[in-house]
Amino acid sequence: MSRVKACFEQLKAKNKTALIPYLTAGDPQPDCTVKAMHALVEGGADIVEVGVPFSDPMADGPVIQQAVERALAHDVSLTHVLAMVKEFRQKDDTTPIILMGYLNPIEVMGYEKFIRAAHEAGVDGNIIVDLPPEEADEYIALTDKYELSRVFLVAPTTTEARIKIISDASSGYIYYVSLKGVTGAASLNVAEVTEKMAVMARHTNLPISVGFGIKDAESAAAVSKVAEGVVVGSAIVNRMKDRQDNPGSIPEELCQFMRNLRLAMDSA
Amino acid sequence: MSSGKINYSSYPDDKGHFGPYGGRFVSETLMSALDDLDEMYRRLMNDADFLAEFDADLAHYVGRPSPLYFAKRWTQQLGGAKIYLKREDLNHTGAHKVNNTIGQALLAKHSGKTRIIAETGAGQHGVATATVAARLGMKCQIFMGVEDVKRQALNVYRMKLLGADVFPVTSGSKTLKDAMNEAMRDWVTNVDDTFYIIGTVAGPAPYPQLVRDFQSVIGREARRQCLEQEGKLPDALVACIGGGSNAIGLFHPFLEDESVVMYGVEAAGLGIETGQHAAPLAAGRPGVLHGNRTYLMEDDNGQIIHTHSISAGLDYPGVGPEHSWLKDIGRANYVSVDDNEALAAFRKLTLVEGIMPALESSHALAYVEKLAPTMDKDQVIIVNLSGRGDKDIHTVADIDGIGLGLAPESD
Repeated sequence: MSRVKACFEQLKAKNKTALIPYLTAGDPQPDCTVKAMHALVEGGADIVEVGVPFSDPMADGPVIQQAVERALAHDVSLTHVLAMVKEFRQKDDTTPIILMGYLNPIEVMGYEKFIRAAHEAGVDGNIIVDLPPEEADEYIALTDKYELSRVFLVAPTTTEARIKIISDASSGYIYYVSLKGVTGAASLNVAEVTEKMAVMARHTNLPISVGFGIKDAESAAAVSKVAEGVVVGSAIVNRMKDRQDNPGSIPEELCQFMRNLRLAMDSA
Repeated sequence: MSSGKINYSSYPDDKGHFGPYGGRFVSETLMSALDDLDEMYRRLMNDADFLAEFDADLAHYVGRPSPLYFAKRWTQQLGGAKIYLKREDLNHTGAHKVNNTIGQALLAKHSGKTRIIAETGAGQHGVATATVAARLGMKCQIFMGVEDVKRQALNVYRMKLLGADVFPVTSGSKTLKDAMNEAMRDWVTNVDDTFYIIGTVAGPAPYPQLVRDFQSVIGREARRQCLEQEGKLPDALVACIGGGSNAIGLFHPFLEDESVVMYGVEAAGLGIETGQHAAPLAAGRPGVLHGNRTYLMEDDNGQIIHTHSISAGLDYPGVGPEHSWLKDIGRANYVSVDDNEALAAFRKLTLVEGIMPALESSHALAYVEKLAPTMDKDQVIIVNLSGRGDKDIHTVADIDGIGLGLAPESD
C-alpha cells in the first residue's frame, strides 16, 4: 500500500484529520530543509509538502515568492530537492512526501527521468500547480507506472463537470484551493468550503485536503471538521523567515507550531 | 487539402495546441474563466454583428487601413529589393497593439465584467488597454515592471492620464515577465469581475489564437495593398518578435502563400554569445511559462533567466507558441539583431524617410538593411513598422548623453 493511502486510512481509523504542512525546499538555506521536515513530523504533521523553487511562481503570494527567491539565491534545483527527500528517508520511511511546484523544471528534466528519480528518492506524489488534467496524459501514464500520487487542485471556480474530470485523474488525495487568490491570501470561508466539499464527495472517494488561507490553530480546527486534510503553507514559511538569522531555532519553532495546530484540530 | 500542404488556419487544435506548443497550463482557478472566454470567442467570431462592430472600430477609431508605404529613398540607398513599410505606427495610440485591445475590449463588454487588467513592457499595450478601458468606462489596472516604469516614463504618464492605475511590479527581474506573473495573480484573485487583456500571442489558450485573429488585419490589408500597388505578392515579410503579435499579425494571412519568405527578428541585446539577449527562438529551448508551452530562455534547471534588450517591448524570455511551431516546421525564419544595429536603424529611417520608428520595430528594420541588398531590384519586402518611436526618444537621448525633461530616472 502506498504511504499516502496508509496514512489516510490510519487517520480515518482514529477519526483524525491529516495535518499537512508546506515548506519551500532550500529556504532560508539548503541545510535547513531536512531538519525542518523531521521537526514538522515530530510536532504532529502527517504528510509534508515540499515546494520546488521556480523562478516564476505565478500562483503564489508574496510570502512564498520571497521564500523561493531565498532558495534560488542558493541555486536550489529540482535535483537538490530530490536529494533532500532521499536524505529525509534515511530516518523516516513512513511519512508521505509530496512535491509541490510548477511544471517547467519537470519539463526540462524530462517527465520519465523526473518521475523515476522521484520514485527512487522516496517521493510519494506531486502537486503541479500549472498542469491541469487536460495536459497531463504523459504525466498520468508515468505516475501510474511508478505508483506516485497525482494530487490535482480543485478551486472555488471549478465547475461540477471539471470536478469529475479532476477526480478521475487524481490519486492519493485531492487538494481543494479554498479561495480565489494566491497562497497566503485572505482568510477562507468555511461555509463555502463545506458546500464545495459536498459536491466533490459526489464524484470521488479520495480524501480531500484544503489549503490556501489557513493561518492558525483556529482556522485549522475549523477546516478539520469538514476536510480529511488541512494544508498550512505561508504560516510556516513566515516562521522560517523570521528565524533566518538563527536557523538553528527553526526546527523547535516548527515543532511547537505543529503541536498547537494538532491540538486544536484533534479537539475540534 | 492537397497532400503535403498544411492548412494553417486549422491551427490551433481544439485544446489550443500548435503541434507540441501552446495549450493551457494554468492553475485550476483560471480554467473555468478560460473555458468561458473560449466559448464566447468561438461564438462571437462567427457573429456578423460582432465582426462589423470590430471592423467599424478599426476604421473609425484606430484609423485603418494603415498605409503600405513605399520607402523609395531607403530602397535606393540599400540598392536591392523594394521596401514597403506597413504603417502600424500611424494607428491611434501609435502601435499595432490597439488592434488587439479593441477586439478584446469588445469581448470584455460582452462578458459583462467590469474591470480590465493588463501587463505591459514598453507601455504600448498598457496605453492601448487604458485607452479602450477609458472608452468603455471600465476600471483599469496595468501591471508594469519597475525597470520598465523607469525607462518608459512617458507611457506611464499617458496611462495615468487615461485613468488607469499603474502597478509597479518589484518581483523577479522587474520587467515584462514579472508584470505578467502579477497580472495572473490579480486575475486569480479577482476572476469574477475582471477581464484580462493579454497583449501578445502568448499565454493560455485561447489567447494566442484570439490575439492572432485580431492582429491578422495587418496581414490581410498588407496582402491586398501589395497586390494593388505592386500587382503581385511580396517576396519577403519582416517583423520584430517579442511575444510576436505584430509578426503573427503580418505573417498569418500569407502562411499558405508558399512563395512568401518570412523573417521574425528577435532581440540579440548585447549579442547572443554574451547571454544578454531576448532571443528564445535563436538560443532557447521549449518549456512551459505563462500558460503555454513554447521556446523559453531558461537554465538547465528550468528556471527562467533574465533577458536584455534596449527595447522594453522585446525584453521577454518567451515567445508566442505559434512562432515556436512555425520555426520547427520551417515555415518562418527566425533571426536576431543586436541593440546597436537596432539603434542604427532607428537613426537611419528617421533621417532617410522622416519616420521615427519604435526601438522594437527598429530590430525589423535593421534586418531589412541586411536582407534587401541580397535581393533583386524587382523583388518586394514588406516590413512591419509596428510602432512609432516617440516613446523611445528619452532612451536614445540618454545614449547620446542629452538630458531631456522626461529622461528615465537613473538608479
